[in-house]
Amino acid sequence: MIEIKHLRKSFGEGDKRVVVLDDFNAEMEKGQITSIIGGSGSGKSTVLKHLIGAYTPDSGEIWIDGEEVSLLQGEAANGVRKKFGIMFQSGALFNSLTVEDNVALPMREHTELNESTIQIMVKMKLEMVGLRGAEHLKPAQLSGGMIKRIALARAIALDPKIVFYDEPSAGLDPISIGVIDKLIIDLSRKMGITSVVVTHEIPSAMRISDKIIMLFKGKIVASGSPEEIRNSDDPRVQQFIQGSPDGPIPFSKSLTNYGDELKNMSHI
Amino acid sequence: MVRSFFGFIGRRGFNLVDSSTDFFREISGLYYLTRATLYCTFIEPLKGKPNKWRPVWTQMEEVGVKSTTIVFLVSFLIGVILAFQSAHQLSRLGALEFVGALVGVAILRELGPLMTALVMAGRVGAAFTAEMGTMKVSDEVLALETMALNPVKFLITPRFLALLIMLPCLTIMADLMGILGGFLIGTTTLGIDPVVYVNNSLDAMVVKDVITGLVKSVVFAVIIVMVGSYMAFIIEGGAEKVGQNTRTAVVVSMILVIIADLVFTSLFFFVF
Repeated sequence: MIEIKHLRKSFGEGDKRVVVLDDFNAEMEKGQITSIIGGSGSGKSTVLKHLIGAYTPDSGEIWIDGEEVSLLQGEAANGVRKKFGIMFQSGALFNSLTVEDNVALPMREHTELNESTIQIMVKMKLEMVGLRGAEHLKPAQLSGGMIKRIALARAIALDPKIVFYDEPSAGLDPISIGVIDKLIIDLSRKMGITSVVVTHEIPSAMRISDKIIMLFKGKIVASGSPEEIRNSDDPRVQQFIQGSPDGPIPFSKSLTNYGDELKNMSHI
Repeated sequence: MVRSFFGFIGRRGFNLVDSSTDFFREISGLYYLTRATLYCTFIEPLKGKPNKWRPVWTQMEEVGVKSTTIVFLVSFLIGVILAFQSAHQLSRLGALEFVGALVGVAILRELGPLMTALVMAGRVGAAFTAEMGTMKVSDEVLALETMALNPVKFLITPRFLALLIMLPCLTIMADLMGILGGFLIGTTTLGIDPVVYVNNSLDAMVVKDVITGLVKSVVFAVIIVMVGSYMAFIIEGGAEKVGQNTRTAVVVSMILVIIADLVFTSLFFFVF
């Protein structure tokens, strides 16, 4: 369904050039849930932004549903975008619109359905995420977990083949995380939707994933089923799973030597 | 000493080059956004993608109807002030009854369109940048793009059309209010005979004055919308940037409005 080949991306110029993704290869099977895990700054969100077409890769190919998409522009890119839905980390609901209008927006813009059909469709989508009855609320009146559920309802409004989830469980309470996990699994199992989840919530990733890819500094350090990841003997993977503050992934993010920097300060 | 002097000049030179590059980058960005907006607003409907009018109505109410009070107030007071100021000078020449002509022409040709545009740059331009900037910051603009909806068509086009229609309308109303302000002061405080006042005014004012004023107000509308939208769309980061860019949008659009006013006034001066 989705194939990423030799994806490279760097930001900045000259000395400040930072390689964010270095030869990223991955394959996401149809109807399966693939999680991309990794610490902050590991490049996992950059992968997602490439998949949705917000970034253009420096080199490499991205195949979605049998089409090379990385260089598409304009109408061609829009054609691909209609095949997938996204649930953003913040939800990114339109604050000026009600829940109903938010979910109905893609249908109103991209289909010829009449208004009463759209309203029935909206009810169906809201029922799927368990929030039927919230139609007339504004996003500001919703809790964090509800916003994510509505965002999911909007993402699946056009019955996409693929849904991308950007940190679906960040900032939620355990029960809401459980709800979102259940929704992701249901969509994938019952409707055959291919899911790509970018997350750093290990228990949730272990629960829902068919395949987990772990990123560290723009490189894949482990890839496989949750079981394989759990039993991995890579110390970086173990550190990430156990959440140890120091280890092969160092505690300090500083790039220069502490002593040298202090010594050099006296010359200022 | 000499070296540090040249070093200083060199640094200033580089700073100058840097800031001029930035300047031209902004100008070209503004140009491309304007082009995209014109394309989405006027060309795409001809290619079978009609504009939706409901958001345009909403925006027309927001930018037009709700601005009437402040525009009325400002232009009425400008008319009053202008009558007082000109009366003092004209009475020294014994031409007090020409206050009406002066007020009328000044308002129609210059102050009506300009004051309306400046008020709207502050009221509407700031609102555009703040609103769309917040949407940009909270990923709503990205969400639109990933839903295969063009943010330019979805966000800028309704605002563009609304202001393009409403600013000339508001300008006409401002003209009337300004003239009314001058008339009230002229006929009461200054004691000019109403009939003489009206006659002198009508003699001096011609249709051309109204038309040049309206042409200007259309240009001002484009400036206000495009600067406001551009400043919103380039926002990266957080709330702080929204505030900064809103301020920049208001300042830049006010300056551009006055520059455009100068250009068009001199154009009309030489051509008509």
